[in-house]
Parts: sequence; C-alpha cells; structure tokens
Amino acid sequence: MSETLHAVSVEVNGKPRSAQVPARLSLVDWLREDLCLTGTHIGCEHGVCGACSVMLDGEPVRACLMYAVQAHGHSVTTVEGLARPDGSMSVLQDSFCETHGLQCGYCTPGMLIASQCLLNSNPTPTEEQIRDAIGGNLCRCTGYQQIVEAVQLAAERTRAK
Amino acid sequence: MKAAPFEYARAASVAEVCELLRRHGDGAKLLAGGQSLVPMMAMRLVRPAWLIDINEIAALKFVSVEKDAVRTGACTRQCTIERDLALAARVPLLAQALAWVGHVQTRNRGTLGGSLAHADPCAELPLVAQVLGARMLLRSGSGTRTLEAERFFSGPMATSARSDECLEEIHWPAWSWRHTGSAFTEISVRHGDFAMVAAAAQIAIDGDGRCVRAAFGLGGAGGTPLAFPKIAARLVGTRLDDAAVNDAAHAAATETEPGSDLHASAEYRRHLAGVLAARALREARERARSR
Amino acid sequence: MNVPENGPYRYIGAKRRAKEHPRFVSGRGRFVADIALPGMKHVALVASPHAAARIVSIDIKAALAAPGVLHVLTGEEFCASTDSLATGVDAPKVTRFALALGVVRYAGEWVAAVVADSRALAEDAAERIEVEYDPLPHVIDPEKALAPGAPLVHPAHGSNVLYRRKFVWGPVEEEFANAEHKIAFRAVWGRSATVPIETFGVAAQWDAGTGILDVWASIQMPKFPDQTARALRLPGNAVRVHHDVDVGGSYGVKRGIKHTVLVGYLAKRLGVAVRLIEDRLENLRGGDMQGPDRFFDMQLAFDGDGTIRAMKIRAVDDVGAYAGRSPFQLGKPVTAICGPYAIGAIEYEPTSVMTNKTPQEAVRGFGQSPTNFAIERAIDRVARHLGMDRIELRKRNFIRNDQFPYTIASGSTYDSGDYHAVLDETLAAIDYASLVRARDDARSSGRLAGIGIASCLEPSGGNSAFEVLMNPKNENTTWMDSCLVRVDLSGAITGVISNSSAGQGHESLVSTVLGEILERDPETIRVVRADSLTALPSNSPVGSRMAIMLGGAAAGAAKTIKETLVAIAAHNFECSPGDLEYRDGSVSLKGAPEKRLDWDQLVEIAHRKFHKLPAALEPGLQAKFVWGVPTGGALPTPEGRIQIYPCYAFEAHIVLVEIDPDTGKPAIRKYVCGHDCGVMINPDIVHGMTYGGIAHGIGAALYEKFSYTEDGQLASGTFMDYLIPSAMEVPAMAIVDHCTPSPLTTFGQKGSGEAGYLGAPAAIANAINDALDPLGASIDTLPISHLAIWKASAPRKGAP
Repeated sequence: MSETLHAVSVEVNGKPRSAQVPARLSLVDWLREDLCLTGTHIGCEHGVCGACSVMLDGEPVRACLMYAVQAHGHSVTTVEGLARPDGSMSVLQDSFCETHGLQCGYCTPGMLIASQCLLNSNPTPTEEQIRDAIGGNLCRCTGYQQIVEAVQLAAERTRAK
Repeated sequence: MKAAPFEYARAASVAEVCELLRRHGDGAKLLAGGQSLVPMMAMRLVRPAWLIDINEIAALKFVSVEKDAVRTGACTRQCTIERDLALAARVPLLAQALAWVGHVQTRNRGTLGGSLAHADPCAELPLVAQVLGARMLLRSGSGTRTLEAERFFSGPMATSARSDECLEEIHWPAWSWRHTGSAFTEISVRHGDFAMVAAAAQIAIDGDGRCVRAAFGLGGAGGTPLAFPKIAARLVGTRLDDAAVNDAAHAAATETEPGSDLHASAEYRRHLAGVLAARALREARERARSR
Repeated sequence: MNVPENGPYRYIGAKRRAKEHPRFVSGRGRFVADIALPGMKHVALVASPHAAARIVSIDIKAALAAPGVLHVLTGEEFCASTDSLATGVDAPKVTRFALALGVVRYAGEWVAAVVADSRALAEDAAERIEVEYDPLPHVIDPEKALAPGAPLVHPAHGSNVLYRRKFVWGPVEEEFANAEHKIAFRAVWGRSATVPIETFGVAAQWDAGTGILDVWASIQMPKFPDQTARALRLPGNAVRVHHDVDVGGSYGVKRGIKHTVLVGYLAKRLGVAVRLIEDRLENLRGGDMQGPDRFFDMQLAFDGDGTIRAMKIRAVDDVGAYAGRSPFQLGKPVTAICGPYAIGAIEYEPTSVMTNKTPQEAVRGFGQSPTNFAIERAIDRVARHLGMDRIELRKRNFIRNDQFPYTIASGSTYDSGDYHAVLDETLAAIDYASLVRARDDARSSGRLAGIGIASCLEPSGGNSAFEVLMNPKNENTTWMDSCLVRVDLSGAITGVISNSSAGQGHESLVSTVLGEILERDPETIRVVRADSLTALPSNSPVGSRMAIMLGGAAAGAAKTIKETLVAIAAHNFECSPGDLEYRDGSVSLKGAPEKRLDWDQLVEIAHRKFHKLPAALEPGLQAKFVWGVPTGGALPTPEGRIQIYPCYAFEAHIVLVEIDPDTGKPAIRKYVCGHDCGVMINPDIVHGMTYGGIAHGIGAALYEKFSYTEDGQLASGTFMDYLIPSAMEVPAMAIVDHCTPSPLTTFGQKGSGEAGYLGAPAAIANAINDALDPLGASIDTLPISHLAIWKASAPRKGAP
C-alpha cells in the first residue's frame, strides 16, 4: 500500500520546479529533502518557532504548516533566494553579518525571511514594528538585540541608496 | 512529527467541496489556513482519511463592504482583513481583534472561516462573531442554511455545522450610528499566544452621549465565546459612567465558569474576565465619544 | 583592510565580523539534518506513557510488517549488546540506556526504536507497536522521593538519593550562634532549560571495510567519542566523530550520548547509515532538554550593619529518573558558593534525588544560575530585614578590588575583579536616580513597579573538578584544550580545532588569536575542525572555557610558529634570536631592517629549503599546543575544598519591571547589564552571548517550566505550553563593559559563554519582589507566572 502521489509545480527561488509528492509531505520537508534547499530549518513542526519561515507569493508563512501539494501554482522564496542575482549578499544579509545578528545560524533563515518581508512592505519600521514582525520567530542565541539592530541597519542602508 | 497518511483533494469549487463531503462524511476534514489543523495532524491527534483543500477556491475569498454589513468569504485570509481599510471602517472590531491573532506568518495563511470553524473558545475571531451576532452561511449538497453565531458555536472546538457542510460566507453586521466605537483586548502569557481571557466590546452613543446600543463578550471564559446581550442591554440609556461599565463587566464575569489549565486557574480567569470586559467597554466608549 | 588600534592589541578587542556568518546568512549551514548519507534510514521512537511501569510485553510484529521498515529494536536486544552510559557520581546500580529494559521510569522514556526508509514511515510503524505495561507506584515530588517508604526509582540502588553531602567550610555554627540577625527562607528554581531551536540529531554509518563508525551529531559534550565507543564496546579508534557539523544552539544541553549509542548500534547492526532527528515531542519529553529542578533552603547570619557572617545552603535537586552529568550541577556552584561576597563561613548541603521524571541534563551555567538566584534573593531579603538599601548592602559585602586573588571558603580562588566599579558603572549607565523616579511614578499611577538588582559571578575555564569533588572514585584532573596551526606551502595559515561549535564563534576566536600573535590578517586565516581520530585533546566548549582554553591553546601554537620563524631567520642571518624583530610575519635585524626575510621566504625555507633550516627544527611549518587549565590538576581536600574554575567574570544586572496590578502581567521596562569578563577577544560575540543569556534568563524567570501532573505526565511538552520568549517579551538591553583582566590567561580574557543567564533570573525575581514589597508579598519560586503575581498581589476578597 503506497501513498497517492500528487503532481505539483511550484516556482522556487525563481525557478519552476515540478514533482510528484505524497499529500502529507510538508512544504518544508519537500524543500529540504527533495529540492536539497536545506537553508530552511525545522524547529518544532507545530507552527511556533518560525525556523521554517519561507515566502509564499512574497509573504512570510510557516512551511511546516503547509503541505507541499498546497504550494502548487504558487511561488516560494527561501533563504537561498535572498541573495542578489550576482550571488552576493543582500543588504539585509550583509547587515546581519555587520551587527552580529546571528550566532548558531539556526533561526537565521527564518529571521531573514520575516525581516525581508517587513522591509519590503515597510521601509521605515520602528523598533516595535521590527519586533512584531519577528515576533513569530524564536531565537535562543541572540536575545534578539543584534537582530533588531541588523534590520534597522538594513532599513537605513536601503533608504540611503 | 509527520502526519498519518491521508488522501488529498484540491477542490476547485464549493460544489466540489460539498460533493466530497457528502461522499466522505466524517472521514473528511476541510483544510483552510491549516494553522490549527496541521499541527494537530503533525501530532497525530487528528487523522482524517481525506483532506479537502479549499484554499484555491476563488469564490470563498472575497470581502464585500455593504451598507449594513460586511460579507466575507470563508477562505479570506486574516491578513487581507487586517489590511482592508473599508472593512475596518465598517466593522472595526475585526481588524482590532486580528492584531491579537498569532503572528504575521499565522495571519498570512489563517482564514476567517477556518478560525470560526475551529471554534476555539479563547480565539479572537469567534469572540467577535459572537459579540456582533455574525451569521454563518453553510452550504451542503442539499442546500444552504444560515446560523447565527450563538447557534453556530456549540462547545469547545465544536460547531453545529454538519459533517457534510462547508462554511461558505460570514455576514458581519455593521452598526449605523456615527458614534460607534469598539475595542478588543486580551491577556496571554506571551504576545500572540492563546488568550487566557479575551474581551470584545462595541458601543454606540447618541449626540448627547447616551448609549443607544452595546454589545460585549468574553473569550476563554467558557466552553464557547460568550456574549452578554442582557447585561449589555442594561447599559442602553446610560451615560456609560465607569460605575455602570464596571458593574456590567463584573456581572458578566460572575456568570462565567472558566476552566483551569497550566497557565491560569478558573478563579484567575474569572477575575481577568471582569477586568478585561471593563477595559474593553471603556475603550469602546472612548472611541465612540471621539468619533 | 584598515583595522583600528585597540589598546595593546591590533585584532583582539576590535570589532570584527564573525567568520561563521556568511554561510549561515546564505542558508549554507551544515546541520546534522542537512547531512544526507547514501541509503540512509530513519529512526522514530516509541515512548512510555507511564511514569513508572513494568514492561509486560512488546509486540513488534505489526510494525515489522509495515511499509518501508527495516528493523525494530527493543531494550532486550539493545541493552544486552551495549554498555550502560556513565553516571558521573558513584552509583553503579543506576544504569542508563537509550531504551528501557524491563521497566520504564518516566513518561517519555524510549521503549522501542523503528528504523525505516523515511521518518514518516518509521512513525507509521511505531504506532503499530503494542506495549503492555503494568503500572508501578511512582514519585514525582522530590521531597516525597526523599521520604521513607517512597517508591524507589532504581530499587537496586537502595534509595532515591544519588548524592548527598554536607560541606562545612569555616566556623559556620559559631557565626550563626553569634550573629545579631538571621533569616531563613526557601527559593525554588523551576525545571527549565535553555532549549535550543534545533533538536538533537545524530547520523551514524558503520564501514565494515575499515571498521570505523562515523558519527555526525549536533553535539556539545566532553568525552563524547570516548563514551560512545565505550558504550558500543568499541575501541576508541573505531569511532570517528565529525566535528564539522554546525550545531543549532546548545547552551549546555546537547549531550546526546544515549541517542548516539542507539543510532551507532543500529548503524553497525544493520550495515546502513542511520539517522535520528528528535522531533520536538521526543525532544522535550525524552531528550536531554530538561534542566535543574531545585529548591534551596537558605539561612543567613548577619550583623546589624549588613555584614553577612555565614550562610547555609541546603540544595535539593531533582534529576529525574536517570542521571549522567546532571548531579554535578550541584557541585559546580561550589566554585562560587558565596557569590561575589566575602562570606567567610559556608555550609553547603547538596542532595541529588531521583524521581520518575525525564532526566535532567546540563544547562548553561551548570547549576550556577539557580544558585545565584538563591543567593541574590537572600541578599535582598537581608536588606529588607535590616531596612537597608540593597545596593549599599551588596557593596558592603563585596570582595574588594584590592583583595584579589581572593580565596573563598570552599577553596576556589577568584583571580581578579572590581565588583564595586562594575556596579557603579551599571548604576550610572541606567541612571539609577531617574530609574527610581520612574519606578515611583509608576507606583503613583497605580501600577506595581520594582527595580531588581543582581550581582553575581560567572566562573569560567571549565576545570570540571566537581567531578572529583562529588565522586572520590574519580581522579580525573585533566582539563585541556588544543590547537594545531599549519602554515602551508603557499603561506596560508590554518588553525585546526577539535570540537564542534554551536554559535560561540570559535572560528572567529581562533583566527583572531592566531592573527594577533602572528600579526597576520585574521581574514586570511582559516579554521577547520579535526575529527575525533585526528583530533588533539579537547574538553569541549563547556563551562565557559573556550575563550580561555582554546584561545590559550591557539596563542601557544601561534607563539611556537613565531619562534620557529625567528629561529629560521636567526640561523640564516647567523645571529641570535634576540637580535631580531618580528613584524607582520617578517623577521628583520634590529637596526638593519633591510636585512629581512619576509613571510613567503621563511615559509619557503621551512617547507622546501632544508639546507637553510636550523638542525633543531623539523621540516614544514606547523605547531601543536595542548594547554592544561590554569590552577587545575589538584584533588579536593578531605573537607571538600578545591579550586574548580580558574577565572571569574562578573555581572551586575539592573532591571525595571512594571506590573499591571489588575492582571498580574509583568513587563520589563529597562534592562542594563554591567559585564566584566576581562579582555574581550571579539566584543560583538561577547555581547551577543550576554544578550542571549539574559533572554534565557527572562525565560527561566517568567515563562519556561517543564510542568508535571500528579500522574507524572509532562504537561508542557510542546512549544504551545513550554513558552520561549520572543522579541516581544525580551526588551531592548544595554551592556556596560568593564575589564579586569585575568592574570592567568594569555590576553587577560575570562570566559563569557554563560553571561547574562547567570544573573538575569535573580534580577527579575528581585524586581518583582521589589514591586510586591509595598503589599508585603513576596515570591521566591521561578518561573514567576502572571497567576503567581496576581495571587501574591491581589488582596483576597473572599469569593472564589
């Protein structure tokens, strides 16, 4: 008795990807195991920690709370898709490096997704807005301080351009 | 934490949903935003034979702002509601409540209908529905019916929807008075957590500052979200001074029989109910006065 | 790159981006779940639902027949084929295996392991395993576990006490008899831990051709390869632990021994690569996630002027149903048992007791944070008793900056410090006077508000002498770390370390130190990790030791390289090393700088020009340095006096908390931490640790608890109930740096891996108590919930 497979076509980091997936395969598992995009991480599998955050059609969602089959016809951006076309770091990624906004790196992809989405819709966020935007992403290393500083720096640098 | 295997169908229309529900009955569950259902499936607390995905049904995603009400499709995303200014002007309590719902990721997938159908007694949207007397339009293979919130929510995590019914649309009544104000407040341990207790209030006053209509309710204080129309009715005609507001809040809290859990005892919840109901009423009153 | 001068150092202490960052921000970290081995199989676990029960039968037939299943393992096979894991204290009858044998001792204990083609299929099969249990009496409360007639968690051990001893250092009874004042109270530290976002995971592969078991794990554990090999009955050189696995946070907890022995056994037995990634349920309930669970009965004897004469600490810690290193978390605080205070007489009675709960594992600070919490609550209570200002009281009792090195009653010597200065700087930074006004204003507006102060030590250097202190049969006195430095034929520098890292920035640490000594740009220096077969000795990043030990080892190796380069030049210039000057990797004659050999030339000689190499030197350009911990190496005295950690960092926390009096909801309004860890090698990294430590402390103080029902069920077994603070709960924080260098280390650095966590719970508890003080209420139990605050603050008006 094997599981029914479903055809999915998803644009992932700008590239069309197709697959046959069992219904219960989560989006995060599909990205990690089948597409080998291991930058997105799993921390709880019940929608609390935010380590699995990806962009779905440009908005941050928890990839552990979606099945891969649901992404059919949509576009997904993972941390691997945040770099510039020439492969260099985005302003946000570079800002995280500048302020030491990460230590172990495990929550970092989710933090980048959540904060990039914030900056995409609000280029001048207050500290409160930044904290709210990453409020669904748990970090145990940084105490969030240097992450907030990274997002503030990225906002400033983007405005200055 | 991988879900047990299930069959999956991505429905293209409400008719298709109804057909699938008719066919699979109790063996099927509807998948909307998944923010509540998918964790339960991951923990294998819920293991439907069939999951019917209603996320791609365009007919279920709409917001129609009308004169006396706002109609929303059941699969309208919470984030859509949050951002809709016209809706916020007509039914402000919805956007106010949504500020307390989970986190941004939750609201980007979570739907109005999903939250209502999940019927968590401490959830924000069911409380708003209860307080405003929202009406749920349910469709099945044999037709449609409309249930008022009071009849829709039947118990903790339970609604009166039949297993062959799909929640299609929600009708949120809007108040017509100019001086209408509303407020939503809750206490949770952390920001975005399940509320220990939540309170929602909406008040309309006339040009002289007298209350012409009031509605308020409590979440997390019983097996369903609770509204207190009789107590609210006693506020009509008053100037909503603090004493009257506090009495109403206290009376409501006294009626509740909250539960106990890891984070809050029944006694504490009942206390919070009184405090939050008063706060919501006062804040709604101030907003009404300032219009 | 333009690097600013920084005191006497060029690179040390300067702002520098961590080397580790680029791979993590681009999603190219290599965590254990990212490692795919060909043909790899996956493990899911079956856990006991009972706190205590006899296993009557395990029916695995249906599971074996499930799709994709390769094997189902139970304790019967596993426990016969492997050895029990080590318990640190002397308790040979307390055995410990990854799978239960015959009995289960806690709800969540693993009873069977399924190996299948995917994790999902393994979970499907695990559901088909039928275990019949015969429940036994259980005990959840540690005081009940200590009482006569309590159900025994390990009957063969004879009692539930794993360890108990009363240490008496100094004239304790005399001081108590003569003191003008005494207080007594109980402080309770709820069971919590620093739960990382990445669960524990391990992958293993047995190569029958070479007889090597390869292991990749998300690990932070001393002697991990050794203990794995022992339990698997393999020689040490048959286990190859790969340290180049990124660890997604550990902060003490990822000990992973039982998982690794289980997976290693399966890999060898089945001849396939096997991987176990704990899901969050397995992790919280059955993994290494739970920490100290302790109450302290405190007694203090003091004079009217606030001088504390003596202190008695009776600490009872509930380690749960099994123990590895966890009882040692009662021993480590001996190294700073009087905190930063000159209290000359201490009685310390630690008891480690077993109950039918998930076993406790190591947590950041290794017991120091709970102890600091108890001591700081005591200090505040003394102040209250005397009507004395809490700052004044602390300053009166602080060890003074002219008293170092200062030997405390328990035998540890504090290396250096200036507690008065750090506290003063912190008070200035937070503008204490206006903080008091802010508190008082809040109180006038009807809110509850309190200022919390905590001053405490972070012992660092990881000389784990509590092992010998608590187990006379253990004579382990060696705690070292190592570094190998290679300069290759192209002149590029590589440092080789022998541990895995979980965000502490060891690559940055080592490259900075090597760059400093060799005067070469750290950006050009690569740091890689050896595996356990090619490694030099390391005791892992525990006990806040790596800045000291790894930093010291790297410096030692770099100095050797530098000496070698000077020796090569001396030989070629036919002079003595004293005539030469080393600068930026070149060596030249003093006074005749044109007579110079540059880096590339020296490297050439070392690697290729044997005829130009001094006879005493080996060919090539490499050096290894193994460094033993300073002040270590001794056994305890009969009274239990011993130097445990060599270096003592200090922190002073000041926090303003407001409480909504109607709901009991606390909010942290302001947070400043003064921190003195000697010389900081990388300030951003040190600050990051401190902020993160404070966040951990906020969790322990207000949100996190592993709660158990009477039935022994873990009630907070998911992230919906075990509440980790988010960016909305952790406030903006400020750190004030101070530097009293350590005389014992290469650059004067002290450790800072536990910074913030060691004082934050104490500070927050003290703030809440200050807020409740006008009501005459107090709370000495962590975590402090909204409910607890409300109960303590709301006058009871009768009605339920």
